[in-house]
Amino acid sequence: MAFDPFSFTPPFAQALGFEFIDETDGKLTVRAPWAEHLVGDPDSGVIHGGVITAMLDNACGRAVHLARMQVGRDEEGAIATLDLRIDYMGPAESGKDLYAQAYCYKLTRNVAFVRATAYTDTIEQPVANAVGAFMLGTPSERKA
Amino acid sequence: MKLLEELRAAGQASNLQAVADAIPYARFLNLRIDSKGDELTTVLPFRDDLIGNTDLPAIHGGVLGSMLELTAVLQLLRASELERLPKTIDLSIDYLRSGLPQDVYGRADITRAGRRAANVRVELWQERRDKPIAAAHGNFLLAPLGAAPSTTS
Repeated sequence: MAFDPFSFTPPFAQALGFEFIDETDGKLTVRAPWAEHLVGDPDSGVIHGGVITAMLDNACGRAVHLARMQVGRDEEGAIATLDLRIDYMGPAESGKDLYAQAYCYKLTRNVAFVRATAYTDTIEQPVANAVGAFMLGTPSERKA
Repeated sequence: MKLLEELRAAGQASNLQAVADAIPYARFLNLRIDSKGDELTTVLPFRDDLIGNTDLPAIHGGVLGSMLELTAVLQLLRASELERLPKTIDLSIDYLRSGLPQDVYGRADITRAGRRAANVRVELWQERRDKPIAAAHGNFLLAPLGAAPSTTS
């Protein structure tokens, strides 16, 4: 089965409201509209780091699918996040939509390397940065 | 009034379930706290909208990332009295096994607790604690209770 990087919205990504909005030169952008249930600190109303992690993971996964599609490798099966390292640079302020832009900068036979940035107003003022590695062509069924 | 201040006033400062329930995102995830003696275990009851891979099926990596961060923060709140919730500086996550469609458990260890920052290691597991499904280490910014107010946000 081929994976469509633009409609790759599994149940949890839907629950948090993630939606694909743009793709330019292999850089793919996802948005999460502001919602009350994403708040991590009731004192300030800022979005929880876990939401940002989930969004960076989703955007990175889409970027891997996109990179595979662009080299005709989109039939290779599912992918799995191996690791994700996230730096939080500032708060995702209350009431603002959250964006994540991801780019797969290296695709090898088995592994994809991705970086991503989360922001609210402009990407020049990032909320968080991530680098991650994904395993390619993982089995789509569990072993018995 | 601030969340932790409010809970202290109500004599609920050590009730980490009350803290979790006051965090909208933790409430959305329905994170449960199992506190026995000096050990704290977080429990995430499985439900269908936590799925990230519908074919396997497997829990979304973002769910596990969220639980790792929440478990670390709650462990820090247990260890010391803080003015505000700790802020995550960075988090490095290793995904070790795919998350089965069942409950997830989490434990955190504070590797080093400084005055302004702490380093925490966290693990998540499902069927067996010695078969972790995800692990993380991260640094967190602390606001100790009674410290001089920080000039930066």
